[in-house]
Amino acid sequence: MSASISAEDGRDPRIIAVIFAGGLIFGAGLAVSEMVRPEVVLSFLTWDDLGLVFVMGGASVVVGVAVVGAMRFLDRAPLTGVAYGRRLRTLDRNVVAGGVVFGAGWGLSGICPGAGYASLGVGNYPILWGIAGMFVGAYAQGVWRSRAASAADAAATAD
Amino acid sequence: MALDVAALFPNGVLPYAAGGLLVGLGVVVIYAGTGIIAGASTFLESTLSYVSGNARLNRPKYLASRDWRVVFTLGIVGGGALYALTLGGGAWTTEVQPWRLLAGGVLVGAGTRLGKGCTSGHGVCGVGSRSPASIVNVVIFVLVAMVVAAVVAAAGVVP
Repeated sequence: MSASISAEDGRDPRIIAVIFAGGLIFGAGLAVSEMVRPEVVLSFLTWDDLGLVFVMGGASVVVGVAVVGAMRFLDRAPLTGVAYGRRLRTLDRNVVAGGVVFGAGWGLSGICPGAGYASLGVGNYPILWGIAGMFVGAYAQGVWRSRAASAADAAATAD
Repeated sequence: MALDVAALFPNGVLPYAAGGLLVGLGVVVIYAGTGIIAGASTFLESTLSYVSGNARLNRPKYLASRDWRVVFTLGIVGGGALYALTLGGGAWTTEVQPWRLLAGGVLVGAGTRLGKGCTSGHGVCGVGSRSPASIVNVVIFVLVAMVVAAVVAAAGVVP
């Protein structure tokens, strides 16, 4: 399980301030790196400009150093009491299938969620087509998996 | 015959690396304060829980995190705006066609939720955590996106 905080914690003004500040830096970084431009992402994917390697690569190195350092030298986060840990997910078929579907969308449009939000901030209003699409896709996925889960329940109890 | 490395980076690497460092720093600020390693795409599902009764979209971890995820996303939008209004030289809009943004967005939204993460959740936070699931997901989505982008370009779709 990933670290999580309660809804009450989520309304703590200090936590809200830290999350907003982190979001500002994150969004500014996406704008500085030009990843907010679908054209730049597409030119990466077609090997015309591979600079984007340094965005995801640089960011993951920074996060990697922080995670290792926090787990080794610190105990719990000051504002929430959450123990520092890694971001881990179970590797299953969904991770593979989701990667294929996500990659198809990224390659078609040149947009991803974080860069999409930051792109809106830059004033790129046509990106709203993409953000609307993301909500539709996330909703469709939720409905489909709810049905799949209840079908599985029905099959399990129908025996 | 030597590979011409410089030709793969026509715009250099500095803006990309600087942006990547900021993206990582944004994640680290939130992590250091709260212990949360946040990706950008869970916002889609957790925000849908405000308007949908779907069980899949109303899992406890979404209800507990949806408020701060809205704050995080507003921060990302604000960070993009901050850059555009200062160093970034103002607003601009993409030339990539709306149908590509919309269709790609649907696939991105479905794929990120199915695959448990996106460019930031898997690509930055997960890879930074040396998570096998994230590394597999990122390799798959980058390769698929390169194939799709090449096919779309070969089909003469510009931009």
